[in-house]
Amino acid sequence: MHNIILKPGERSPDVPADTARTPLQCWMKGWALGEARVGERVKIRTPAGRTVEGTLAVVNPGYTHSFGPSVPELQGIGEELRKLLREGKSSG
Amino acid sequence: MARDLSYKAVMSRRKEIMEKALGMDYSEFIRSPLAFDYESMMEKVGYSLERVRAIQSEVGVGSTPLLELRNITELVRKTSRPGMGARILVKDEAANPSGSFKDRRASVSVYHAKVHGYRGVLAATSGNYGAAVASQAAIRGLDCIIVQETFDSRHVGQPEIVEKSRKCEAFGAEVVQLTVGPELFYVALMLLEETGFFNASLYSPFGIAGIETLGYEIAQQCRERYGKDPAYVVVTHAGGGNVTGTARGLRKAGALRTKVIGASVDLTGLHMASDTDFNRKSFTTGHTGFGVPFATWPDRTDVPRNAARPLRYMDRYVLVTQGEVFYVTQALAEVEGLERGPAGNTSLAAAIALARELPQDELVVVQETEYTGAGKHPQAQLNFAKQNGVIVRRGDPRENVPGKVIVIPEEFSQLHVTEFPMEKLRKSYLKNAVERTGVKEVTPEEVRFLAEDSRQSEDEVLSYLEELGVKVLGKA
Repeated sequence: MHNIILKPGERSPDVPADTARTPLQCWMKGWALGEARVGERVKIRTPAGRTVEGTLAVVNPGYTHSFGPSVPELQGIGEELRKLLREGKSSG
Repeated sequence: MARDLSYKAVMSRRKEIMEKALGMDYSEFIRSPLAFDYESMMEKVGYSLERVRAIQSEVGVGSTPLLELRNITELVRKTSRPGMGARILVKDEAANPSGSFKDRRASVSVYHAKVHGYRGVLAATSGNYGAAVASQAAIRGLDCIIVQETFDSRHVGQPEIVEKSRKCEAFGAEVVQLTVGPELFYVALMLLEETGFFNASLYSPFGIAGIETLGYEIAQQCRERYGKDPAYVVVTHAGGGNVTGTARGLRKAGALRTKVIGASVDLTGLHMASDTDFNRKSFTTGHTGFGVPFATWPDRTDVPRNAARPLRYMDRYVLVTQGEVFYVTQALAEVEGLERGPAGNTSLAAAIALARELPQDELVVVQETEYTGAGKHPQAQLNFAKQNGVIVRRGDPRENVPGKVIVIPEEFSQLHVTEFPMEKLRKSYLKNAVERTGVKEVTPEEVRFLAEDSRQSEDEVLSYLEELGVKVLGKA
């Protein structure tokens, strides 16, 4: 569920110019208390037991963050260090 | 009558909201706009170190292993002058219930909220602290709201923070996700007012008391196993609580020889509240964007007086680069068999360079690790950096440019620290103290406070105040 909390003109005087041009937006998850389609107003009950109203953004939101593809810049590190470790003992 | 919820109106009620949500009246410690009685405030918490240890042991927090990094120590010695290269140990704080040292910080606040009859707890944080509060609330049966700065205005989330949202939700917490901006605190205040929840602030005396056990355990474990205190304890520094609590714990254990060294990732030049810079940062915590402002003016938080006061405790402050932290994170996994989150390894990256300064019989303790997972992982964070136009390459870490180029070292010997002058922090603190409070004259009591709070002599404070054109009362 999505809401605009502060419009661009209402934001803190401390925000830099690029941020001040954007609204302060908010997303919350919960269980819908009535029927609604994406883009329509909806009331939800949140996990902390609050009832809040906003615009329905996603139904059954999940997680899509991941690890992504292998990063070549990280790949040689282990081998390089193991090689250094095998090259005899340090002084001292 | 409906409450006025405009930014200005809510912020003007902040003092009342904060005090109600902490059940603490700060006015009894506040002596003047500048000075307050720090130690009385810390004592007023009413939780001794022993009591905190008991509270934490009840919920599986603390008593984490202190692991010796034998292969990393060996690598340090191979790249040091003969006879140099202190033994590096790491406090495996990822072993706490929610996966970071933040459980210590959350444990006392949530316990206190429960005992004082609050129905729920709230914290404004985009870090591991959210998961810690959520986990502690789950254990103690309280409701929990976490307010996070998660997205830029295009709704693109920092992978590290998106993972932290997931973790909070896994513990049953409500997560309020916001776009970039300092108004995170405004939203938190509105929610505190609406719900009457306890403000599990990162910066209350409860939070700091919770971390003291970490410093205490480090001293105990080093003495038991090695018969000595560590020469250095290296602490990832952001908001200042980690440095403050750990140093206080070390002092309580009598480890007075130990130097406390703060370490941050250098993100100089990136604005913390900038919508466009937000996703050009490949670290969301442990960096200079928090480290410097919180050291030079702690009272910028959701409590009337911040209990985290790093300048009082930090002996040195050193910076490392993002690429170096990713490199040591990979090294920790591949030569020590410990896969831990990158941000927590900021202090490890610094410790490797710092251990080279010391002879082999000394100890350097890295005082935390954190859990890792999708989003909160070098692979995820570097892929995200590339998507946001940041160049990632191997090379000399000195060529790193925050927000533009992440340079992963080519050689272990390239790991280094850049010293951030303490004097610069101290001067900046005094300048902030004068500008933020608008004082034109100060009393001798205030001079004493400023000297203690920035750990310098009263003469040094006086000479700098004079430069700033501030009059000292009671002086000719």
